[in-house]
Amino acid sequence: MNGPQDLGGQMGFGPVAPEKDEPIFHADWEKRALGVTLATGAFGAWNIDESRHARETLTPAEYYTSSYYQIWIKGLETLLQRHGFVSSADLAAGKAVDPAAKPKRVLMAADVAAALARGGPCDRPMETPARFKAGDRVRTKNFNPTGHTRLPRYARAKQGVIEAVREGYVFPDSNAHHKGENPQWLYTVVFDGAEIWGEGADPTLTVSIDAWESYLEPA
Amino acid sequence: MSHNHDHDHHHHDNELDPFAARVRALETILTQKGLIDPAAIDAIVDTYETKVGPRNGAKVVAKAWSDPAYADWLKRDATAAIASLGFIGRQGEHMQAVFNTPDTHNMVVCTLCSCYPWPVLGLPPVWYKAPPYRSRAVIDPRGVLAEFGVTLSADMKVRVWDSTAELRYLVVPMRPEGADGLGEDQLAELVTRDSMIGTGLARQPA
Repeated sequence: MNGPQDLGGQMGFGPVAPEKDEPIFHADWEKRALGVTLATGAFGAWNIDESRHARETLTPAEYYTSSYYQIWIKGLETLLQRHGFVSSADLAAGKAVDPAAKPKRVLMAADVAAALARGGPCDRPMETPARFKAGDRVRTKNFNPTGHTRLPRYARAKQGVIEAVREGYVFPDSNAHHKGENPQWLYTVVFDGAEIWGEGADPTLTVSIDAWESYLEPA
Repeated sequence: MSHNHDHDHHHHDNELDPFAARVRALETILTQKGLIDPAAIDAIVDTYETKVGPRNGAKVVAKAWSDPAYADWLKRDATAAIASLGFIGRQGEHMQAVFNTPDTHNMVVCTLCSCYPWPVLGLPPVWYKAPPYRSRAVIDPRGVLAEFGVTLSADMKVRVWDSTAELRYLVVPMRPEGADGLGEDQLAELVTRDSMIGTGLARQPA
C-alpha cells in the first residue's frame, strides 16, 4: 500500500541528526516493547509480513508522530486483537478480562537463545527455474496495491538491470494476508540514479532493491 | 495548597509516562493470560544489550581485512562466512557483504521499515529507523553522508542498497591506510558501526 512507511525520496523530514554514543535503549519501556514483540511473534499466529503490514496501516499522522518502538507496539496491539489474544476490554482495563486464543507456542526464557539463533529463514526451494539471469534488463511493475507490497513507489515502472539472482523467497504480498507463502525467485535489481530521480539526479548514484519475480518484466 | 496542574504533571518520580504505561499494561495482560514469560523478555533484552552488537560485525570486517581467503568466502557466501564466527539468527538469516572499493562507496537503508542485520550490528539506531534517513538515503546519499561528517570525492560512485527483502547487508569498509601490522583485534577497533552501514568510514589507526 502507498502508506506512510514508503519513505524513499519523500522530502521535508529534516536532517538525520545522528546521536553521539547513542544508547541501545532510550527508556526501559523500549526494552519491554522489544521483548513483547519478539515473544508474541513466537505464538506462530502471524508472520513478519503481516506484522509489517500492521505497522504500515497506521494512519500517516500516527505513524509520523510515533517512535519506531511505538509503531511496533501499536501494530502489535492490532495483531493481538485480530488473532484473539487480547481484547479491547483487556486494553481498556489494563489487565486480563477476556479469555485468549491458544497460541501454537509460548516462548519460555530457556528457549530464547535457541529461538533467536534459529530466526525465521524465508528461503524456499523452487520448482521452476529463474526467469531472469544476471545482466538482463528489466522493468519494474507499475501498480498501486491496497495490500502489502515490498516494491517501493520510487522503484515502480523503472528500468534496471538484474545484478544477482538470489533464491526462492516467501512472497510478502500474499503472505502478509495469509494467502500463502507463494515463494518466488528474488533478484537484486540495480537502477541508475537518473532513471529513478530524473533531472538533477546524482550522476554517481545507483540504487538497488531486492525484487520478487512478479515485480519484474523483461525490458 | 495551590493546584499546579500545568507544572510537573509528568515529572513525579515513579510515574510512568503514558506510553510506558501502555506497554506495561500490554505485558501485564499477556502475562496474566499465560501468553508470555516475563523472564523470556529479560533474556531477549539481555541478548541485545550484552551479546549481540556491532562488535560482532567489526570482527567479521577485521577478519576479512586480514585473511584474503575469508574475504573471498564472505564475498561469495556471507551467511556461511559470518556464521563461522558464531553470528547467526534473527534478522541475519540471509546475509550479503558489500565491499567498498577505491571507486565505489556502499550505503544500506531500509526505506520501507527498519531492516537491519541484527546478528552483526545489533539493534538499529533510532536515526536508521526514522523518516529523515529512510527518505533521503536513496535520493541524496551525499547530503546524508555530510550529516555524518563524511565527504566523498566527487567521482566516487555511490551505491545505495535498499533492503526490501529478507536479505541483510553488511558494508565492508575500506581498510584504512597505515594499518599494516595490526592484528585482527586491533583492526576491529577501527571498524565503527556506521562504517558497516555505509554512513561512516573506518577509523584511522592512532
